[in-house]
Amino acid sequence: MTPLVQRVLSSKLLGALTSPHGVDRYLEQINPMWAATEVRAQVVEVVRETSGEHPVATVRLQPTTTWRGHRAGQYVQVGVEVPGARRTTRCFSISSAESGPGEEFTITVRAHAEGLVSKFLVHDAEPGLTVHLSQAEGAFTLSESPATPTNNRLLYITGGSGITPAMSHLRTLLRDGYDGRANRKVTFVHYARSPQDQIFAEELQRIAWADNDVSVHLRYGDDVFTEAALGRLVPDFRATDTWACGPAPMMDLVREAYGDSPRLRTEFFKLSTRPAGTESAEGDVTFARDGSTAANTGESLLEQAEARGLTPEFGCRMGICFSCVSRKTEGTVRNVLTGEESSLPDEEVRICVSAPVGDCVVDL
Amino acid sequence: MTTDTHTRMSDEQLEKFGEEMDAIRQRVIADLGEADASYIRGIVKKQRQLEVAGRALMYLPPAWPLAVASLSVSKILDNMEIGHNVMHGQYDWMGDPGLNSRMYEWDNVCPSSQWKYSHNYIHHTFTNVLGKDRDIGYGILRMDEDQKWHPYYLGNPVYAFLLMVFFEWGVAMHDLEVENLVAGKRSISENKALHAGIMKKVKKQALKDYLLFPALTGPLFPLTLAGNATANLVRNVWAFNIIFCGHFPAGVATFSEEECEDESRGHWYYRQLLGSANISGSKLLHLMSGNLSHQIEHHLFPDIPARRYPEIAEEVREICERYGIAYNTGPLHRQLGSVAKKICKMALPTRRSRATDPGTVVDHKLAA
Repeated sequence: MTPLVQRVLSSKLLGALTSPHGVDRYLEQINPMWAATEVRAQVVEVVRETSGEHPVATVRLQPTTTWRGHRAGQYVQVGVEVPGARRTTRCFSISSAESGPGEEFTITVRAHAEGLVSKFLVHDAEPGLTVHLSQAEGAFTLSESPATPTNNRLLYITGGSGITPAMSHLRTLLRDGYDGRANRKVTFVHYARSPQDQIFAEELQRIAWADNDVSVHLRYGDDVFTEAALGRLVPDFRATDTWACGPAPMMDLVREAYGDSPRLRTEFFKLSTRPAGTESAEGDVTFARDGSTAANTGESLLEQAEARGLTPEFGCRMGICFSCVSRKTEGTVRNVLTGEESSLPDEEVRICVSAPVGDCVVDL
Repeated sequence: MTTDTHTRMSDEQLEKFGEEMDAIRQRVIADLGEADASYIRGIVKKQRQLEVAGRALMYLPPAWPLAVASLSVSKILDNMEIGHNVMHGQYDWMGDPGLNSRMYEWDNVCPSSQWKYSHNYIHHTFTNVLGKDRDIGYGILRMDEDQKWHPYYLGNPVYAFLLMVFFEWGVAMHDLEVENLVAGKRSISENKALHAGIMKKVKKQALKDYLLFPALTGPLFPLTLAGNATANLVRNVWAFNIIFCGHFPAGVATFSEEECEDESRGHWYYRQLLGSANISGSKLLHLMSGNLSHQIEHHLFPDIPARRYPEIAEEVREICERYGIAYNTGPLHRQLGSVAKKICKMALPTRRSRATDPGTVVDHKLAA
């Protein structure tokens, strides 16, 4: 869509005429790729990166013109309609080099055993599928413009699918540097379970062989992160701008190695830790806005919040009026009416009929 | 009246009855999926098409009646099958922000947030409990013998007629509790925030229906204005009639606050059943009423997608027969006639004594 059309679509007049639903609720009926404010994308191509138990695929997306572009290292929320007509949204790092407004980009996704969205994207997504997006978010970004580089050395430490945001950095540096060179020394250390699980293997090899100032170090299996090994590669690593992204155990080691160095930037995607479906009250319940954490009593979230002196909004207290709906950011809750358990992160729940099962964080 | 024939249920019976209702609920909720999603999306698509068609046809003066009809149906679908039901959270499980109870705003002067409070919470929780459920007469009418008569109520039929014509405005003002303001039970300051919300919504609605769209048709301004106003009127009259058939036909029970203190889930279901009435009719009637023609099922399961009510109704009827509970249903004209009769009858003081009053049916012991 041309900028003029975009201006008209997001104009106040059209907003007033389409009130209360908004322009997008009409445009989507004609073409899902037409939008005034919402961001959606169509899948252009799905490329398998690795096979095996938890295969990885790169999904190329053509966003609507409302996409404002992304900076290297950012992530995007992707909402897909999984079987059962339930739109489910997860965050994925963008793996392609920085994109401009409305430009294509890619996400690289590992199909986790319990990842509804990741499994869907890797196994079922086909070209033409429409997905719902947020704008790019996150601050795990290249703090210097690759177009006007300094001579500062850059260091990347990644593990597993944590390679994706770092890959976006690397691709951006090589694209926007000078003549395919990053124009500064870049050290790229990556830990994968095995060579078969290595994402972007071919491209990394090409980067490693080329004359581009980038040194690539791939480590497999038991060859896990140690401070000593990093020290051999980059002696003054604590004084080097570092981006680290990977699974929790690796991140703990990296943080320990860096101490309180301000040069370390981390990105960390938590997988929900879900205990087996037990009915007994276990774990801790955290009310994020209040900042309080206490042992789960097994009562409904509303009752537990009130017991701690909070006053969440409520109505019927029996699950029919939806006045008390709040956002559960982590953990599992059981609907006390149906017994149904749900572990989706960032889920809207009726706190009057939801009891925590194990650790649980609610935005109250 | 059918109320006299209601059997009184023991606590055990109520518990069993409640369990049967819970079972229906769980079964349907577990079954929600693609069919429900494509149904509501299909209705939304139809509504949008009718709306655009209605607005466009205003440019063709000979097609004016068609334009009004199209826009009226669009507004009715938006408010009833889509708005009312979406705002009940019936489609929240889809995770679609466009069909989410917290996000949806309807084509109506009443702000959705205020409506959800008075409707989803007050009305659906305290259904037909006198003194609690402000939907009994909406603070304007006398719709129950237990509402104390006052000479003001001589105007009952007139007020009902006015409420019908200005229904969306009545709904918008519902939360302001004007009757409590007059009675001194509520202060103006309590209404300040509500008032601001209503005005904001009213401005938006008036701007598009009574200024922008008419202005866009240039010389046809007055005709378009009249068309839009007529569509709003048609929606008002239709919605009023459907909604009054839900709780006011003869035989629908009301309850006292004492009866419902500490009530069990079974009793809550029982009260919802006795406090509601259905309208029998064609599929089109069910669609145009937002399936509120299945008011009984809606009150039993307010957060289950309304398209499921017809299938649930068969089971509910069977259960009612087994427990000997009256199931209030009838064709639209009969339910409407019954409501009209009640509106007129309630204009006059009640002669009967409270003891033989059939309006209240639940044994106090039941509520324990």
